Amino acid sequence: MNDLSASSQITYRAVPIRPAVARRIRGLSDQALAWLFITPTIVLLLAINIFPLVWTIYLSFTNYRANRANAPTIWLGTDWYQSILTDPDIWAAMQVTAHFVVWTVLIETVLGFGLAFLIDKKFRGHGLWTTIILLPMMLSPAVVGNFWTFLYQPQIGLFNYVVAFFTGRDASSFQMLGDVTLSPWAIVIVDAWMWTPYVMLICLAGLRSIPDYIYEAAEVDRASNWRQFWSITLPMALPFIMLAVLFRGIENFKMFDMVNLLTGGGPGSTTEVASITLKRAAFESWRTGYSSAFAIILFVTVFGLANIYVKALNRVKSR
Amino acid sequence: MKQTVKALLTSFGVLASALGAGVGTTPAHAQAKTITLCWAAWDPANALVELSKDFTAKTGIGMKFEFVPWTNYADRFLNELNSHGSLCDLIIGDSQWIGGAAENGQYVKLNDFFKKEGISMDDYMPATVIGYSEWPKNTPNYWALPAMGDAVGWTYRKDWFARPEIQKDFKAKYGRDLAAPKTLDELRDISKFFQGREIDGKKVYGASIYTERGSEGITMGVSNYLYDYGFQYQDPKKPYAMEGFVNSPGAVKGLEAYKELYKCCTPPGASNSYMSEGLDAFKSGQVALQMNFFAFFPGLYKDPNVGGDKIGFFSNPVGPATHATQLGGQGISVVSYSKNQGEALQYIKWFSGGDVQKKWWALGGYSCAKSVLNDPSFPNSAPFAGEFLKSMGMVVDFWAEPSYAQLLQAEQKRVHDYVVADKGTAQEALDGLVKDWKAIFKEEGKKF
Repeated sequence: MNDLSASSQITYRAVPIRPAVARRIRGLSDQALAWLFITPTIVLLLAINIFPLVWTIYLSFTNYRANRANAPTIWLGTDWYQSILTDPDIWAAMQVTAHFVVWTVLIETVLGFGLAFLIDKKFRGHGLWTTIILLPMMLSPAVVGNFWTFLYQPQIGLFNYVVAFFTGRDASSFQMLGDVTLSPWAIVIVDAWMWTPYVMLICLAGLRSIPDYIYEAAEVDRASNWRQFWSITLPMALPFIMLAVLFRGIENFKMFDMVNLLTGGGPGSTTEVASITLKRAAFESWRTGYSSAFAIILFVTVFGLANIYVKALNRVKSR
Repeated sequence: MKQTVKALLTSFGVLASALGAGVGTTPAHAQAKTITLCWAAWDPANALVELSKDFTAKTGIGMKFEFVPWTNYADRFLNELNSHGSLCDLIIGDSQWIGGAAENGQYVKLNDFFKKEGISMDDYMPATVIGYSEWPKNTPNYWALPAMGDAVGWTYRKDWFARPEIQKDFKAKYGRDLAAPKTLDELRDISKFFQGREIDGKKVYGASIYTERGSEGITMGVSNYLYDYGFQYQDPKKPYAMEGFVNSPGAVKGLEAYKELYKCCTPPGASNSYMSEGLDAFKSGQVALQMNFFAFFPGLYKDPNVGGDKIGFFSNPVGPATHATQLGGQGISVVSYSKNQGEALQYIKWFSGGDVQKKWWALGGYSCAKSVLNDPSFPNSAPFAGEFLKSMGMVVDFWAEPSYAQLLQAEQKRVHDYVVADKGTAQEALDGLVKDWKAIFKEEGKKF
């Protein structure tokens, strides 16, 4: 008996809902049924998101240390908030974070949009090129951090050799990761290398969503390519670009793994982004109360900035 | 149905016979229990795996090992202890953890056990007992058995030092013979001499030193200079009084000297180097001198490229104020959350045995037992044994307070900022360190 004949013998029967269950469900109102479906999600959300957030807010007002759980917990009020907001080291970490976020987002947006614009043009092998361009974002940040450490190695690193080839400088005469001036740019380069394809992908979706007839109408009106770009392409792709900026901005604000692997925050504290400072306070020093306060400050900052940005995005979309 | 029952019974029968046969034929290997030992992933850990086979053979207790690379070692195991995890039955924890682990109830106090089993701390080198076992320091409260003696030492390229043309050049430049340095000034001169020199057609560099930022690297390195130049953690007569001791004029000079060595004489890109980077630099023939823990020296001596006759060893050279070196090493403790404390204690008892300690040293571990170290044959038992013994007589350790991690982070930041990132002066760095440490101790409720 072959497979086809076997499958032809299968008979399908509707399985009746047991009368008692059916009666019970039938007896529920629409609202009750809705609650029935969303309750598991709400319970999960409360357990995984809301409770930890509320607990963190509570801890941020105490001297609690997770490694001394039996020690008495003392209510400190806003002491940690005041101490964090007046700590020059925290502000230095915030400046490092701001430098990293602004430059990575800027570079990734410009390059990502440029690549999307090029890839959007139909040419031979564009599928292959798209796949190749997307490769970096498929790698784990831990892997990227490690192999860029080797690429930046002054004596054997490819990066230094490429720079030396184009500039004529001795390859081992400069170090990207150990130099105070260069290291902030070293982490920007790696992030841009890894995440530009992601921005490209979102921008590409934006470009592909522009209907062809608009360009056809513009051509009938004899609009130049330049004019078409500024009047059609950019405005219509703008919500997508802004979305990419939002995603990358939030993601890079909490960047940890890649920077930690590349520089560990060094040299000195030159590349110590806020999340590294937070991790050290929370899981090395075990200052749980202090780090909770810092986490809340970071959360409020990101949440506030993202809200303002989303409002702007909505305005652009409604135009 | 009858067939099924019959088949099941047959299966059980076969299984029971198999198990019975197994038990009957291999009684010696029947393992009542398995315990887990946690440590760092490095050469001595492999030696311990080998050594522990004897324990399993003797007691029937199986051994599992959880080894984590040094860069994640503290993070991983302190998280484990702080979360009351029972992954580790035994832990070879870093010397600085002892205060926190004791005060937070993470280690089992071993005094009664030692007394019952006749294990005496007098049988171990005093520095290792204070460093690895006692909390509070210098009191007879024991939380670990000294397990792995270690200190920072140096290796050098003996084959390069022996070359007549290099010796001639060195003598012409410095007016003395090229030999393993006895002072920190000599060490700097030798490093400068080799920096950028071409040897066998390859550019080489002076020294590989600790500069790592993320965990404890630069602190473990700079301490070897600070101590020798007069740095002290606190007033010996007034605990936690740090002003004038941490930032004494000598300490400032020591920090400047370490920076000078980093700037003049390390390979390019050595801004974040610790143990493994040092080993890489030395094994690849990049550097003439290497700062590293003695624990690595047996492995380096066996290295086919730079070991044997090509490598020499020396303890940290003397400085203007004193002769000291940074303590490494660890004690072995029983984790209080372990469900196998009895077996873990059995392991400690076995490990403390004289023959086991001798074998431990022979396999590449560093015993802390006087029976091994004070044996007249010990200094000649390995090319680095004499220097190790010398180092263990002059070790100084970092704070072992419960807040050690915070204290360490502060020093990592201040020193890295000054040495590698060129921020401020040495005086400012050490003044800042005093300020940070005072704030940490104040938060801890210490009075000074």
